[in-house]
Amino acid sequence: MSSAMIDLILQATLDTLYMVAVSGLISTLVGLPLGVMLYVTRPRQILAKPVLNQVLSIITNVGRSIPFIILMVAIIPFTRMLVGTSIGINAASVPLTIAAIPFVARLVEAALNEISPGLIEAAQAMGATPWQIIRKVLIPEARGGIMTGLTITVVTLVSYSAMAGAVGGGGLGDLGIRYGYNRFNPTIMLITVVILVVMVQGFQSLGDYLVRKSDRK
Amino acid sequence: MIELSNVSKTYFSNNKGSGANAVHALKNATLSVPKGTIHGVIGLSGAGKSTLIRCVNLLERPTSGSVTVDGQEMTQLSNAALNRARHRIGMIFQHFNLLTTRTVFDNVALPLELMGQKRHTVRDRVIPLLEMVGLADKANQYPAQLSGGQKQRVAIARALASKPQVLLCDEATSALDPQTTSSILELLRDINHQLGITILLITHEMEVVKSICHRVSLISDGELVEDAEVGDFFTAPRTQLGREFLNDFLQLTPPKELIERLLDAPGENTHPVVRLTFSGDAVSTPLISRLARECGVDVSILQAKVESIQERTLGLMIAELLGSPTQTQQAMHYLESHQLQVEVLGHVQRND
Repeated sequence: MSSAMIDLILQATLDTLYMVAVSGLISTLVGLPLGVMLYVTRPRQILAKPVLNQVLSIITNVGRSIPFIILMVAIIPFTRMLVGTSIGINAASVPLTIAAIPFVARLVEAALNEISPGLIEAAQAMGATPWQIIRKVLIPEARGGIMTGLTITVVTLVSYSAMAGAVGGGGLGDLGIRYGYNRFNPTIMLITVVILVVMVQGFQSLGDYLVRKSDRK
Repeated sequence: MIELSNVSKTYFSNNKGSGANAVHALKNATLSVPKGTIHGVIGLSGAGKSTLIRCVNLLERPTSGSVTVDGQEMTQLSNAALNRARHRIGMIFQHFNLLTTRTVFDNVALPLELMGQKRHTVRDRVIPLLEMVGLADKANQYPAQLSGGQKQRVAIARALASKPQVLLCDEATSALDPQTTSSILELLRDINHQLGITILLITHEMEVVKSICHRVSLISDGELVEDAEVGDFFTAPRTQLGREFLNDFLQLTPPKELIERLLDAPGENTHPVVRLTFSGDAVSTPLISRLARECGVDVSILQAKVESIQERTLGLMIAELLGSPTQTQQAMHYLESHQLQVEVLGHVQRND
């Protein structure tokens, strides 16, 4: 294999990591509070706001139901407004983030569902404010579940980022399609797949480790 | 210290609040717990015990009525004032409700953190509490590493961290085995004794009431149907439900083969079978032999038990009174005049 080819693979790997990191980070920053909101605004919860809860829930569901490939094309004007271009890894990170936010939110909400209602009741009996309950009870107690959810999100982002080629996003998936599939180069195809497998394995192991560390049950 | 007056709680299964689907969990409950006492509320599951205790610190907001703790009307407080008031009310639960991700130390420290206390103040408060509940050596362990009894001790230390004047116990020993139960009850009694904390507890176990309560209320179908000193309740419950609880606790029921022979009404050749409850002086009086001498009635004892409840002795007996109808009638009057409770369980056919 030529050194140019190796450079190409290396660059594609970095591009994939970049897209996953940016979209993973931002979607966590937005999705985590959204997931908490979805949970605490439910009827009979600590900040019960049934109407707001319904609105958030519908928005989240809409976000989750649009196929990624359609979302990516549909929000091109928004992407251009945000990062100034509609091609490249920065541009691809926008739809990845938008797709991941509701995903993270639902996984966070699911993790919070696992907390025994007795813990919230105990905190209320101690005179905790809703914000104190979120910070000192809900988030720490759900940390293991949230870590599991974020691991799933990152792994999903790795596979979604492979579709980023559709908007000239670059990355391993793009390389595999263009060189491996379109130019009949099975070696490149195999290498990109192997790198993706290793990457997913790595993220999963790291996630499992973090879950173990934060779970005391 | 705790005053509930005409507290009702109604749940509506739909949001419209129409009467059709209303569940009356608590009906006009009135209860007064003086400072420094231990008050028990006993009842079957679903009777409204949980709702009652949750109305004290407003985990459940009463539909109507007033709740006063330490002279403060709880139902009128703003959210912030309610949280401050809750710092003065500790609570422990059946399933402990400890935070799994916090160590024993950090669990006990939580109420102090919530009050915004400084780290060294927290430390000075938590360590003596852990020593008091006998878990100083477990400070850095996690709840998952503890036994049920140890978890409840941590929960007790946590409940006491904010120096409350009132401790609410929600079925605190129901998930524990008998030995652990008695050690937890002993701890609660010590706390009440040493710190003068007023304790309100709910339970379905007579054992709990017997061993630590001063007063007891009986709750049935959302209503407080009986309220008595524990000694009185165990010797002479006023309601049918109270008697059922007592008999169940004492396990003094007639033998099975006797129940099968028991007739509701007296017949030609029948003897009454009675349950006698005697307390106070009656325990030390040789009433049975006097019965034989003075009324000419022989007594065949089928079952007997003596219990000691808070320095009072309670005797129970199931006996057959052998004699003519007039004699046995006279004998029962005689016993009642000596402060015995006589309950006729039925009549049995004479064997001879």
